[in-house]
Amino acid sequence: MKLILRSSLYVIVLTVLLGGVYPAVVYGLGQLFWKDKANGSFVTSEGRVVGSELIGQGFKNPKYLHSRPSAAGKDGYDPTSSGGTNKGPTDADLAKSIAAAVEEARKDRPGDSRPVPADLVTSSISGVDPHLSPDAAFWQAARIAGARGVTEEQVLAVIRRHVEPRTFGFLGEPRVNVLLTNLDLDRSLGRP
Amino acid sequence: MSLPGLLQDGVFLLCVSLLVRPAGGYMARVFERKPTFLDRFLRPSEAALHRLMRVAPEQEMTWGEYASAFIVFSLCGTVFVYGLLRLQRFFPWHDAERITTSMTPDLAFNTAVSFATTTTWQAYAGETTLSNWSQLVALASQNFLAGAAGLSVAIAFLRGLTREKSAGLGNFWVDLVRAVLWILLPLSLLGSLLLVWQGVPVTFRSTTALSTLEGRAQVLVTGPVAPFEIIKNLGTNGGGFFNANGGHPYEAPTPLANSFHMLAIAVLPASLTYTFGRLLGRPRHGWVLYGVMVALFIAGLAVCHRAETAGSPALRRAGLELSGNLEGKEVRFGLEGSVLATVTTSNGATGSTNSGLDSYTPIGGMVPLVNMLLGEIAFGGLGTGLVGLLLVAFLGLFAAGLMVGKTPEYAGKTIGQTEMKLVMLYTLASPLAVLVPTALAVRTPAGLSALTTNTGTHGFTEILFAFTSCFANNGQTFAGLAANSIFYNAATVIAMMIGRFGLAVPALALAGRFAAQGRRPETAGTFPTDSFLFALVVLGTALIVGALTFFPALCLGPIAEQLRS
Repeated sequence: MKLILRSSLYVIVLTVLLGGVYPAVVYGLGQLFWKDKANGSFVTSEGRVVGSELIGQGFKNPKYLHSRPSAAGKDGYDPTSSGGTNKGPTDADLAKSIAAAVEEARKDRPGDSRPVPADLVTSSISGVDPHLSPDAAFWQAARIAGARGVTEEQVLAVIRRHVEPRTFGFLGEPRVNVLLTNLDLDRSLGRP
Repeated sequence: MSLPGLLQDGVFLLCVSLLVRPAGGYMARVFERKPTFLDRFLRPSEAALHRLMRVAPEQEMTWGEYASAFIVFSLCGTVFVYGLLRLQRFFPWHDAERITTSMTPDLAFNTAVSFATTTTWQAYAGETTLSNWSQLVALASQNFLAGAAGLSVAIAFLRGLTREKSAGLGNFWVDLVRAVLWILLPLSLLGSLLLVWQGVPVTFRSTTALSTLEGRAQVLVTGPVAPFEIIKNLGTNGGGFFNANGGHPYEAPTPLANSFHMLAIAVLPASLTYTFGRLLGRPRHGWVLYGVMVALFIAGLAVCHRAETAGSPALRRAGLELSGNLEGKEVRFGLEGSVLATVTTSNGATGSTNSGLDSYTPIGGMVPLVNMLLGEIAFGGLGTGLVGLLLVAFLGLFAAGLMVGKTPEYAGKTIGQTEMKLVMLYTLASPLAVLVPTALAVRTPAGLSALTTNTGTHGFTEILFAFTSCFANNGQTFAGLAANSIFYNAATVIAMMIGRFGLAVPALALAGRFAAQGRRPETAGTFPTDSFLFALVVLGTALIVGALTFFPALCLGPIAEQLRS
């Protein structure tokens, strides 16, 4: 009995410290030094919040870079329901949906026989991946240029501005932020 | 393997190796209550806390008292979390619009046991089930407390090996508070700020509705993620704030943030080997154990990487040429960052993967499974890793002793009949808690109905993985398994408790017996347990015992799937 009482007291007292004081301190310092990041890295354009730098969103207009397929929510890129397809490697449905995505991607570069970049036709585990690999972004440049009536080189120049390299040269992968690139496309090459 | 990938893995292991000595030495001083630089700030609080609880810090506990304190403390934590979760709507920050999944009694109980045992198996998605109050007060706190409790048990175990003719193994309350105040809290404060710097949010605002660039509605979900995230990994718990766990950009926004996470998982458990060597007065013993851990870690890394790079067999047959298996992986981590995280988390009893294990290739997905089945001894969970590895070592020494006709001993302590029986208790617990529920699940509709995305051999692997993960107090999952059902909530609770207490109690009993022994002098006939041969014995034992126990099950799952594809 004494043991139960003592245990409960330790749980409660330590929880006040760990579930109350500690997060409050982190909140205070985080908001003080890194306010934008602490609040979610929101991105604004023309006076309104259009999304977060860290949370992907879907794009359908051919004049924009399209994001990866997403299994988050009914239409994808729903942060209230983050998740992946969780389909195994030998799953027939997965193979079908990837094959369909590959066919769609080939339309962007008819006649190009190279393999389609893998990330362009697979889903992420979060469903809100904000990035594309540089290859996947470059793959779409011709389509975007055609839709906007500009040269492919102009589009590639915008994309290249947004290629983030590996950290310290070896951590992670080079990546392109889709939302930021699309905003730049609008700024440099006109709003669709 | 590409050069950046090789560098990523190499630098990670180098960082861990460089931190083992300072971190291990610090932990030794903390638990021996020797002076440290934080004493000035923490000693007064420590003294006040124990005075308040009427605990005399000098009062030593026997192994039985230590175990009872550990068990009762864990149960109190469980009840506390259960209450908070069930009564969630009466506490602050409950936004009913977002929280659409209810905390039923079975889900709440499962979550409570899960967090109190450091498993953090989550049969729920954070975005739709928990308020910020629950995430912090119920779950993040338990991450600290359960992690600290596990570390304390390990320290008591090490005291058993390093003390002579002693009835006491230390004081659980003292160890618990020391683990929290001197180790977990300072590192969490530092770590969470590093994470905020990299983009992990810390706000009390839950949802932000906006209109995307193309004018579609999107609701962003944020919260006090950073303080939650760091202790998730530091305490080797692993349950994420969001459903997608370490893959979610708000949990690990950048490759550097991911590196912080991985170091948080690996460094303290790895450093305990040095702590052990220090407490024993023979550092080589610790380094040899560390070497075994690194060898197992690298082996898993190599196999998983090879399998994932080779790509999905089914897709190749469908004529799709894709460079590596990127289904369920995030672009910023790529294949290599995902594999490194999978190997680190599955070995580290921490469930916070940054990629979808269910979508890994058959052999690629088998690696985390095998890591857990071998006992999570390659660094391992906070405390449980080293204890698990030492139990494997005792098993190996016993087998070796049988072959040569000598009484097995380790660090001068005799491993006799009773000691071996205690080791066997734990060794037998794993097939019991893993294979029996798996068999039950695949033979009943209740078990099979959870297979939503995959069936057949992959479905079997999902189920086997679930019970392995819960027994191993890991918590990671093949997420296609819809585990929020009464069957799984109940069955996994049993596996989790067997895993937690089935290791801690025999380990403490062993420690009690060791502590009471004297130390046998080393003679020419003693098997040197700080030698390369000893390391091979430990490695061999881990692999052979694991293989014998689980090879048949693996044949029904991942191996069959690989052979068929």
